[in-house]
Amino acid sequence: MTITKTQRDILGSSALRPDGISKVQGDFAFSSDLHAQNMLWGATLRSPHPYARIVSIDVSAAWKIAGVECVITADDVPGQLTYGLISEDQPVFAKDFVRYMGEPIAAVAADHPETCRRALAAITVVYEVLTPLTNPEHAIDGTHEPIHPDGNVIRRQRIVHGDANATAPIVVEGTYDIGMQDQAFLGTESALALPDHDGAGIEVFVATQWLHEDRKQMAKCLGLPEEKVRLVLGGVGGAFGAREDISLQVHTALLAMRTGRPVKMQYGREESFFGHVHRHPAQIWMRHHANSDGRIVKIEARFVFDGGAYSSTSSAVLINGVTHTQGPYQCPNAIVDGYAVRTNNPPCGAMRGFGVVQACFAHEGQMDKLAAATGIDEVEIRLRNIIHTGDTMITGQVLESVAPLERCIRETAAMPLPPEMGEKPHELDLPGGSGRTADRRNIVRGIGWGVSMKNLMYSEGFDDYSTARCTLTNGSVELKFATSEVGQGFVTLAPQIARSVLGVDHVTYDTIDTQIGSAGSTSASRQTWMSGGAVDGACRMVRERLFEHVGAIHHVDPLRLAIDDTDIIDTIGTLRISVQEASANFSVSETYEYHHRTTEDLDENGQGNCHVAFAFVAHRAVVDVDVELGLVKVVQIATAQDVGRVLNPMSVTGQIEGGIAQGLGLAVMEEIIVTNGIVRNPSFTDYLLPTALDAPQVLISMIEEPDPQAPMGAKGVGEAPCISVTPAIVAAIRNATGKSIDRCPVRPQDICF
Amino acid sequence: MSELEHYTLTINGESRDVLDAWIGESLLYVLRERLGLPGSKGACEQGECGSCTVYVDNAAVCSCLVMAATAVGTQIATVEGLNEDGSLTDVQEAFVTEGAVQCGFCTPGLVMAVHHLLDHNDSPSEQEIKEALSGNICRCTGYGRIFAAVDTVISVRKGISS
Repeated sequence: MTITKTQRDILGSSALRPDGISKVQGDFAFSSDLHAQNMLWGATLRSPHPYARIVSIDVSAAWKIAGVECVITADDVPGQLTYGLISEDQPVFAKDFVRYMGEPIAAVAADHPETCRRALAAITVVYEVLTPLTNPEHAIDGTHEPIHPDGNVIRRQRIVHGDANATAPIVVEGTYDIGMQDQAFLGTESALALPDHDGAGIEVFVATQWLHEDRKQMAKCLGLPEEKVRLVLGGVGGAFGAREDISLQVHTALLAMRTGRPVKMQYGREESFFGHVHRHPAQIWMRHHANSDGRIVKIEARFVFDGGAYSSTSSAVLINGVTHTQGPYQCPNAIVDGYAVRTNNPPCGAMRGFGVVQACFAHEGQMDKLAAATGIDEVEIRLRNIIHTGDTMITGQVLESVAPLERCIRETAAMPLPPEMGEKPHELDLPGGSGRTADRRNIVRGIGWGVSMKNLMYSEGFDDYSTARCTLTNGSVELKFATSEVGQGFVTLAPQIARSVLGVDHVTYDTIDTQIGSAGSTSASRQTWMSGGAVDGACRMVRERLFEHVGAIHHVDPLRLAIDDTDIIDTIGTLRISVQEASANFSVSETYEYHHRTTEDLDENGQGNCHVAFAFVAHRAVVDVDVELGLVKVVQIATAQDVGRVLNPMSVTGQIEGGIAQGLGLAVMEEIIVTNGIVRNPSFTDYLLPTALDAPQVLISMIEEPDPQAPMGAKGVGEAPCISVTPAIVAAIRNATGKSIDRCPVRPQDICF
Repeated sequence: MSELEHYTLTINGESRDVLDAWIGESLLYVLRERLGLPGSKGACEQGECGSCTVYVDNAAVCSCLVMAATAVGTQIATVEGLNEDGSLTDVQEAFVTEGAVQCGFCTPGLVMAVHHLLDHNDSPSEQEIKEALSGNICRCTGYGRIFAAVDTVISVRKGISS
């Protein structure tokens, strides 16, 4: 069969993925599919202890194993011994101490993965096991000795806004716990490193979210100038934040440089659980003061984010958390205190929603408590408090983004509810599914709400620009960018932009690598806005040059020319010429760097214009709960999301449905269980992910109110779907059971006992 | 390594020699690393995610759980065997056109699972579809577009225009 299309794949169409055919055929090259002649396999030795002093490391037996070509430890790192996204506190290999279970200690390169496994087993490490610091409160109060020389608190941030003494007749408070979630992308970490023939540099094919940041950190550790480190995006099997930090990049490159041979490294699933950062577990206390009409007067809050052993992006996660204390609601007065700390738990960093997931779980729990305390309906209480464009937030920042929040809530509320469960439901529709244990008589239905706002792009003065090049030759366009395609569909969107701006149909994109300026990270719902803005800008510059060319030939002022479908027209004359014809024997190439507006740091009282822009969303969840067994079936999620402008309806639908599944996972299924620093469930057998049987019906409304600040009016859509769906589901469980449940994921024992 | 074996597998109808292989290698490893068939993906190594789904004697199995050397004498079919002339099967086409592909890592396994389902049941119920696909984890899509793709194939096969 062949796919035929009837319309042009411009902005607004459901253009198909350019990599779709190769992906369904199994031809698409993920980084784990790459091979090189004479290639070795790499593998990593990791600590079994969450906290220990390394007394000695003996690698001599590993070297003696036939097929082993290289064994490296911290002593073999030629450059900087540590790396990190914000603070460079994470060792390439542990040297004196291991600070979390799974911390890398050594790496080997050998002829076969099994040889690697045997080599790792032959390395002898003598540890002096220490008592791990696992309670983040002990990191704050100093009852445990610091695990880092510079202390355990990564960052503390207060927000003091308005009248600290303000109060109101209705006061509700709660303490909310959010579990540690794993991104669980399917394509585990993998890289192929190729030493340059001159021996002076390295080329690495890697699945990552941000090629240039990887290169910067790698070059420092490898002791190479950045221009000697070339990164190429290997096919990426999902990311969700877990590929923002370095994992195996330095190890693989170092093994290749040492052996002079290509080295491939690929984590198995268990190693992947130890090889990347997770979503921060957090404990959040909030106290809302409100008038009897439900209007919020003041919020007090305290956040503790457990960053685990190393800093990663914890300080930015903290800022996202505390600055979203109020959620999408007006709040004139606030006192917030927040900590991100280091412990001997697994390192935590970026995951879809980035700090806002945690804040939202707390503020939405509070809104339901406020509804109960005032006797106001949970939809009405939210509508009465919603924030509007022009309102001042608790940071003092004025909300400039378009904020169609009322529409989000009302359109969600207007969606049909699912039919009641019949008396004899199919067994797979029962909570617990095919376990066939749920009893129809014990099943209670519940409905719950969640509403959220999420910042887009990077904050606090960071200039996360993006770069793109557009080359028009004989009616065809080639785009070049370093934007990581992790599955989200930028490679679909970028050609759509070029077709719309330039009136061409044939658009290709070059290899995604570091041979052009940075695109920033595929994170923070930012690539449609940032790299989309860069592609749009580059295409517009090329269009200007094309109009000059056409204007000169046809003696028309280029400013009178415009694109109409695939033609260039004179808007006040008769000229009409196809872009194809107009660009024959014409070639032009332009590069554009897109920057978002500047932001600023927060001051000591948490005041400052720290965020670029915001997106809004509402979720309504319907659940069936077996109240005897504590089993939950999420029946339906209704959602209306502020997207600015829909650039590809099918892609947006996919982001919304996929984000909802991840939020559902955090609500009722997914948690990395850590006891005393030991990870108990690093496998897909024990860490449960939503399957097809867990997928609820999803009703979607995309709210289109183009944002004038966004390059194409479109807001990023990646994170919003996964944020307030979690509290909506938990609220529905509360509604069904009458239980006060202030943690996620909700476990059977939280319902039954 | 000293303990190396030679054996022959039958894959997509062709006889393929596996030389100097460690006896502990899974079928997934041999397909991907020795025989140049990387379409089957590895994501969990314990039969939970279905990314490595192949057919062994027409049964859909996780190739990560099959020792390659025990598959001698069986008929093995991989995603690469679905379309040797380069064209797409109806399931593959529907995955592309309905947006069932995002990162694509789960896709080959899911394509195999859907073909297997529809080869054995041409009009599955919603529950039967969900159960048949519940051994294949997708982390990107939330399954909505995958269900849409399956529905499209069923409709087209029945001659109902969608």
